[in-house]
Amino acid sequence: MATIQLKNLCKSFGDVEVIRNVDIEIGDGEFVVFVGPSGCGKSTLLRMIAGLEDITSGTMEIDGAVVNELPPRQRGVAMVFQNYAIFPHMTVRENIGFGLTIAGTPKKEKTRKVQEAAKILQMEHLLERRPSQLSGGQRQRVAIGRAIVRDPAVFLFDEPLSNLDAALRLDMRMELTKLHKQLGATMVYVTHDQVEAMTLADKVVVLRDGTVQQIGAPMELFRKPANLFVAGFIGSPPMNFLDVEISPVDAHTVTVRNEMLLPLKLPNPFGGEHIAAHGKLGVRPQYLRLSKDIAGSFLSGEITIVERLGSETLIDVTIADGSNVIAVIDESEQVAPGETVGLSFEIDRAVLFPAE
Amino acid sequence: MSTATSDNRPARLLARYMVLGLIAVIFLFPLVFMLISSLKPDRQLLSDSGSVRAFLPVGDISLNNYVAAFERAPVELFIFNSVLVTGITVLLTLVVCSLAGFAFTFLNWRGREVLLSLILATFILPFESIAIPLLMIATQLPWIGPDGISQGWLNSYRIQIAPFIADGLSIFLFVQYFKDLPKELIEAARAEGASWWQVYWRVVLPLSGPVLATAAILKFLLMYNQYLWPLMVAQEEGYRPVMVGLQYFFLRNPAWGEIMAYLSMITIPVLGFYLVLQKAFIASVASTGVKG
Repeated sequence: MATIQLKNLCKSFGDVEVIRNVDIEIGDGEFVVFVGPSGCGKSTLLRMIAGLEDITSGTMEIDGAVVNELPPRQRGVAMVFQNYAIFPHMTVRENIGFGLTIAGTPKKEKTRKVQEAAKILQMEHLLERRPSQLSGGQRQRVAIGRAIVRDPAVFLFDEPLSNLDAALRLDMRMELTKLHKQLGATMVYVTHDQVEAMTLADKVVVLRDGTVQQIGAPMELFRKPANLFVAGFIGSPPMNFLDVEISPVDAHTVTVRNEMLLPLKLPNPFGGEHIAAHGKLGVRPQYLRLSKDIAGSFLSGEITIVERLGSETLIDVTIADGSNVIAVIDESEQVAPGETVGLSFEIDRAVLFPAE
Repeated sequence: MSTATSDNRPARLLARYMVLGLIAVIFLFPLVFMLISSLKPDRQLLSDSGSVRAFLPVGDISLNNYVAAFERAPVELFIFNSVLVTGITVLLTLVVCSLAGFAFTFLNWRGREVLLSLILATFILPFESIAIPLLMIATQLPWIGPDGISQGWLNSYRIQIAPFIADGLSIFLFVQYFKDLPKELIEAARAEGASWWQVYWRVVLPLSGPVLATAAILKFLLMYNQYLWPLMVAQEEGYRPVMVGLQYFFLRNPAWGEIMAYLSMITIPVLGFYLVLQKAFIASVASTGVKG
């Protein structure tokens, strides 16, 4: 069990700053996911926690103790790598027990712990195999097993599922959630896949260009993204953005409008006097409702593409200014390309951002 | 397409084996000649050498040359010296150069790149160009023995071993091989709590079979074939290796049969060593793209 605190953390490779003033608090037993596009610094940040990368400035604390200068072995962390990184010259048993061997754990205890970990991961029958005789999913289990046996305070996962096929990824995702419940350990998980972030995390940290964009619970990021980047990155299909003009009504309310959109009254997201004149109104495809009453709808346009996914249907609607809006609608809706439809949404589901 | 290939297969295979067989025969000729000649008296050896009989065990065949070789020179002592010096040098090379390669590849330290280039530059220097300065150093090196402190390392095994333990080529081989090991394996071991020493011993070395074999074979051949250096530093017979021992057979009239017998005997350790390690050696040459 452990808490992790990153305070004003920076990391440079030569002149290139890859992590800038990152402040993150990770609570005991929390499952935190670092998510962001490739090159955002999320893996570097994880490797800094592991002790595999030096810290340029700032402090890192594990359980209240500064660990900046501590080598990996003294941090009480275990890491699972994207390409498994299991040792090809050792059997599964030796791989899982590697950390214990290094620590000089008595043989009896080691055997017991390895057996336990193998049981948790349902791979007791594979213990005498070599990595070359295992499938990708099994190899990843070995890597996770190696982390489990050491009973670390913190688990670090660096894109552990990205080498697996889609079906296996879903399985492993559920197993990781189960594992987290079972062990109750603090887990930090890096991914570029926002679905993994949304499904696994207690808390998601969205990163971009080495800076934290937003920290929050998955649904908080989905409903109330802090900025355009988070709004666009989290959620699939991505959020729709409409360019709007903003005019203040009073300190708490603004009106937004454009040629395609009926004027809407929204709570003032900027707080106080600083109200931008131009902005972007974001509406998630899932919050758009199809309406046959075109005149009474907030938006209207012609359907250009209909994608039936089975459980739901995606429609691509071209609105008057030529831009496209994606809506997720019920699979039972009868729509066809070329049809003109109206789209509405609940006002409190929309988010307003100042134009960048 | 596939039918065409399968139709051609036996013919192609035959052609391939014929070419390989021919190459094997070419490489075997000198060895066969040496072995056969070692069994013949000098007169017959010379008269046979113009015909195919040179490769056939015909005529007056005996082991007399071997007996004579042992009478003329302490063959067993020379072979012992060579195997001892070569064996120790190979072992120490593997330890020292793999550790150096490890430090150059995985550890971060100031001046690493510069020092590595300097070390790599040394393997373009021919040994002959540094032999004389090295000899002068060797005469001045101190040594603490049972009789107290003495000066000069001449006439010893250590002077034949020490200069050849660390070399640029071996370090280069290790660095190249280590660079190709997946970085994550090293990091995983580190994250699992392994010290650098444990990373080296438990992860890197067990995965380095091919490069260990390559470095061992190259060093073995170099050491076993040493001539100039032991000639300079081992004037006492007791420390002489096999190649220097060859001189004994040229001192009076060259006895070709005895020379062939001697050569046959000193070739056996080389063949044995190579046969043991050849699989690993081939794997390593194929994977590093470095030719031995």
